[in-house]
Amino acid sequence: MVSQNPAVAITGISGNLGRALAKLLHGKERIIGIDRRPFPGRPKDLEIHQVDIRKRKAEDLFRKGNVKALIHMGIMHDPRMSAEEHHYFNVLGTAKALDYCAKHGVRKLVVLSSANVYGPHPDNTNFLTEDAPLMAAARFGEIRDLVEVDILAQSFIWKHPEVETVILRPVHIVGPTIRNAASNYLRLRHPWTLMGFDPMIQFIHTEDVCSAMVAALRSGTRGVYNVVGPGEVPLSAALAELGHTPRPVPHFVARPLLDRLFKLRLTNFPPGELDYIQYLCTVDGSRFARESGWKPAHGLRETLRSVIGEA
Amino acid sequence: MNGRNSRGARTEASGPVSGQPAPFDRSAPIGERIQRSLRDLTYRIGGSEVRDRLRSLSTRKNEFGVDPFGMDVDYMLAAAGPLLWLYKHYFRVQTSGIEKVPPGRVLLVSNHSGQIPLDGAMIGVALLTEAEPPRAVRSMVEKWVPTLPYVSTFMARCGQVVGTPQNCIKLLQSDEAILVFPEGVRGLNKLFSQRYQLAAFGQGFMRLALETNTPIVPVAVVGAEEQAPALFDLKPLAKLLKMPALPITPTLLPVPLPARYHIHFGDPMRFTGRPDDDDAELERKVKQVRAAVQSMLNEGIRERKHIYW
Repeated sequence: MVSQNPAVAITGISGNLGRALAKLLHGKERIIGIDRRPFPGRPKDLEIHQVDIRKRKAEDLFRKGNVKALIHMGIMHDPRMSAEEHHYFNVLGTAKALDYCAKHGVRKLVVLSSANVYGPHPDNTNFLTEDAPLMAAARFGEIRDLVEVDILAQSFIWKHPEVETVILRPVHIVGPTIRNAASNYLRLRHPWTLMGFDPMIQFIHTEDVCSAMVAALRSGTRGVYNVVGPGEVPLSAALAELGHTPRPVPHFVARPLLDRLFKLRLTNFPPGELDYIQYLCTVDGSRFARESGWKPAHGLRETLRSVIGEA
Repeated sequence: MNGRNSRGARTEASGPVSGQPAPFDRSAPIGERIQRSLRDLTYRIGGSEVRDRLRSLSTRKNEFGVDPFGMDVDYMLAAAGPLLWLYKHYFRVQTSGIEKVPPGRVLLVSNHSGQIPLDGAMIGVALLTEAEPPRAVRSMVEKWVPTLPYVSTFMARCGQVVGTPQNCIKLLQSDEAILVFPEGVRGLNKLFSQRYQLAAFGQGFMRLALETNTPIVPVAVVGAEEQAPALFDLKPLAKLLKMPALPITPTLLPVPLPARYHIHFGDPMRFTGRPDDDDAELERKVKQVRAAVQSMLNEGIRERKHIYW
């Protein structure tokens, strides 16, 4: 194993985004995939290890595998999983992954965070820059772990300057196979909207996020970056583009109602998500575009339509 | 609802402003019909000259017809209809010195009064219909505006953005015209007895002007401060409603009186210096702007013949 050329390790490779990234890097880099879940239909020459990142066996991969770079995207977002399990997996898992990088000579680390960590707030500036505080947990406690993952990675930047670390905070990732809250919402025939609120929303295509992560691998790129797709669009225009008929609900009714529905397991959208369709959580991605030369390949319409499997 | 439907259905439409009164299409969603008829109203009140000007209005926009901040020119032209009526027939606005507004980035600094920012709206209409070329003015709104249903959407589509320094800098860097009321809430709180006495100016606008090398045009709105004479400020209720101020006027409802507006634009003022200078140094510059607005106000009041006509 040691004789092989240096590899790029990818956590969370079996997820839909991970698979897209694997496809992009396959044949270009030697990949070591790490995931608890199986990777059905994996190509024969793709090295996948079905282990938990927190376990010793995962560390062995770093010790013996000649890993030059780690793309850490093994971060769970399942609103139905208990908050405790989330926290243990995401925060501890990230801490472990960072630790392996520092101990085993990994030179490059890319952590996939999210622009959602800034949180939607009425007094948000229209284009949040990377130095804005991460306020998401103020009104949406369940995503505290994602904020913590980002902060862990930030402190790693200055604790371990020898590891070139990049934190990417992409906007809502959408795509035909993606099943995050944003994509699921955009697939609803009759999505709720909050009466009288129509914030600007930013989306990015799965493939564009993947190419951004690959761009971040390039040596010389380090730091925290927002990653913005092809632009911003009013929520109502996005829904109209997809041919959906929104159901406007007064905001003061929506929150308690969704809270009840979520507890009754009639919906998988936690009430905290409502803020994202009420207030702005849009970011300025110009720094990443400028410093890395990356730009999205998919247009606005194309990106939006990808959630329903078109384009 | 209306705005929602209208924009949705319009995503297919290509051109910005067709200008021609479109044939009345009954199959179109109600929102779109309302928007279209309001836009026609704008053109009818404005006459052919205004229509041609508005059609030459250029803004950045994407395939969904909005700019990055959410301004929608079609929506704005529809909203301009009723405002243009107010401008022409209710407040019978007279402007002077509008040609002094330089092209490119500019900060318009004006006096402020009233809960409904009609003074701002009238300055906006003036620049849309009387400036050459027409300008879509962006103003910086209070941070509680985004919490208001419908109002938040209306403001955003009309090009108003939350007043954060970053927003202002970004807009100035793309050479927009920005209207600020440095009196802020202190302006809204003014009672009738304090009319046309400028409250203290904040320093924020001066920092932004220095940072982005933007000329400042002082603007005096005479008339707005008589439209809704505030007898007292109901602070406890304002607090309860989470409003910055709640001036009680004789009409109780926010119906403005038809005072005649005179909008005076002053000569551009250019300042140089460091944006992070001492407060005292900034204050000196801010005072110059405040003095310019105040003297234009005083002159405007002296010159006008009557409050209402």
